[in-house]
Amino acid sequence: MAEMWLNMGPQHPMTHGLWNLRVKIDGETIIQAEPIIGYLHRGWEKLAENRMYPQIIPMADRLCYGSSMSWSHLYCSTVENMLELEVPERAKYIRTIVLEAQRIGSHLMWLAALGTDLGSYTIFLYCVRERELFLDLMQNLCGARLTYNYTRIGGVRNDVPANFERDFTRVLKVFEKRLAMVEALCDESAVFRMRMEDVGKLTAEQAKNLGVTGPNLRGSGVEYDIRKEDPYEAYSDVDFDVCYEKGCDAFARYRVRVDEMYESCKIIRQAIKKIPQGPYRVKPPRTAPKGKAGWAHVEDPRGEGFMYVIGNGDDHPYRLKVRSPVFVSVSAAPAYLVGYKIADVPAIMGSIDMCLGETDR
Amino acid sequence: MAQRAGLAAGGKTGEIVAMELIDRFPEYVKITKVTHNRVFAVVDKVGLLNVAKFMKDALDFDHITAVSGVDWLEEKKMWAVYHITSYSNRVTAEMIVELPRDKPEVDSVTPLWGGANWHERETYDMFGIIFIGHPRLERILTPEGTDYFPYRKDFVGGRRV
Amino acid sequence: MDLSLAPNAIAMSAQEFLAWSKGVMDQLLTASGAKKAVDKITAPIWSWALRNANYPLHFGVACCALEMAAASGSRFDAERLGMIYRSSPRQTDVLLINGWVTAKLRPDLRRLYEQMAEPRWVVAMGECAISGGPWYDSYNVVQGVDTFIPVDIYIPGCPVRPEAMIDGFMKLHKKIHKETKGTFLED
Repeated sequence: MAEMWLNMGPQHPMTHGLWNLRVKIDGETIIQAEPIIGYLHRGWEKLAENRMYPQIIPMADRLCYGSSMSWSHLYCSTVENMLELEVPERAKYIRTIVLEAQRIGSHLMWLAALGTDLGSYTIFLYCVRERELFLDLMQNLCGARLTYNYTRIGGVRNDVPANFERDFTRVLKVFEKRLAMVEALCDESAVFRMRMEDVGKLTAEQAKNLGVTGPNLRGSGVEYDIRKEDPYEAYSDVDFDVCYEKGCDAFARYRVRVDEMYESCKIIRQAIKKIPQGPYRVKPPRTAPKGKAGWAHVEDPRGEGFMYVIGNGDDHPYRLKVRSPVFVSVSAAPAYLVGYKIADVPAIMGSIDMCLGETDR
Repeated sequence: MAQRAGLAAGGKTGEIVAMELIDRFPEYVKITKVTHNRVFAVVDKVGLLNVAKFMKDALDFDHITAVSGVDWLEEKKMWAVYHITSYSNRVTAEMIVELPRDKPEVDSVTPLWGGANWHERETYDMFGIIFIGHPRLERILTPEGTDYFPYRKDFVGGRRV
Repeated sequence: MDLSLAPNAIAMSAQEFLAWSKGVMDQLLTASGAKKAVDKITAPIWSWALRNANYPLHFGVACCALEMAAASGSRFDAERLGMIYRSSPRQTDVLLINGWVTAKLRPDLRRLYEQMAEPRWVVAMGECAISGGPWYDSYNVVQGVDTFIPVDIYIPGCPVRPEAMIDGFMKLHKKIHKETKGTFLED
């Protein structure tokens, strides 16, 4: 049969974000895959060396814009680790609540994009509608819909508004019912299941070796969640299960993320009841000593996010390194794709949940 | 619900990991700081591959979190920084390898952990650190035909593109 | 051509005759003002059709693309304005650039722009497309999409709220209405 290289991207309805997937196909079967990234590379880590520490927080938001709160929180955690700064308890609980709300928002956007890939515009419309509920909550809290600039080094920017608990409780009650509806729309759809089951298989050994983390790893049966294994913020005070599936295919990864949304609702309900009174912010020192390093890793909605910072003696960092979970997931694309058909590519790459802003930095 | 303990059954804490590393490679490894779930070490360039192999096979370090580079222009050296995690022990180890700035070469750990593949490519692309034994050391983020290493301290950005 | 050549019409070849008679018709229509009348009637019809069916290209670059997606959701609903996203540049009217453009993307974006058929418009959405945005001092980011593509509408914001994007498209509608010419494309 004829073999040829096919370019899927950079402008392609399937690609979430700007990258190029070159696949070598033999008829309809994929025999080789080569992802090409770099279309969004802005030299983020180099730009960070020209900015003061607080100025990098809005830049960190725009690393992965689908889950921007998670990245600005990761940056603040990294600098707090370097400065050995202890964040007040109230700030920890507020951060936990907004992080989980961001996780739900990010997973909803992922599901909307997956629906569009598979051709189901209904899933897109339902998920974007539910996401608007959470964006309204965030707007009440910090004024922005997408890139929040809310966490600060030493706490959060402002205290919660007056009806915080009431609004969150109302939204969660409505959301859980609607999420059950969206879940039924996907789970009970024969077309969805046919397209997602038994495609994109990645065994646990392969996933661990290739550095894949997050829901992609848990969809292959490995029960590892940084919120449980290495708790940060208020995660050690709340009760939740680690969601994992043994299927190893795209459907398993989808199930992991939907279950995570339910677990996030559980976490938010518990944390809201337990928020202690107190300050929401401490004042950090303006400069960091030269050569002092710190790092932090968190369970980003897409996997293990990690940042490493080295101080410069003044108020700019000397080196700020970002480890993006999607960078590694995309590099593992050949392992996911080889052997399947071209028409499976949107389902497989959609189930990996990519956000190219953090990949290219 | 009981919080899962930081030790798996038979898992090793950071202190045990550090002790085993020093026992096995006293001439290559220098431990700078240890806590129950973190190990900070400086590893000699010559022994990096052996230390990494030992960590993977004997100490169960199965996930490479990141490989990064740091450019120390005045001290005329570069660092290759490895962060490696062990799932079963819940320990993350940071290993710093010092390289001379005019000849930054170090062994690649890609044969051990496939996840290091693109991390090392990116470190090469941004700093020019050569990873010996890497299957495909090419530029990954900057466009083709770029002839500079952007994150080096002597490269000044800010020009009009 | 002029009417004085009429007696020689019978001696012209087919091609010459066609060219001469077309020239005579043109002169007649312009002189009598029929061309202007047709222009005046057709220009509003063409502009109504063009502006109410702006098909943007399905092209998401960065953060503003998420707000573009939210704008096509049910709360802000861009589709009621006729904006249906098309995947192929040959079938689109509007190139919506919503993110920073890097040196690697620039030739591909230029090719996308050239593949679009006229009439076409370009909307620069967000600070990054207008001027490079927060990455203005990067070695890899083009400082403004208008350095290599002519831009019609600039929508400020970082990221652009969906309401602002729809407002930008309303302004594009006004621009299309003002600039559309009738069938004979004069004046």
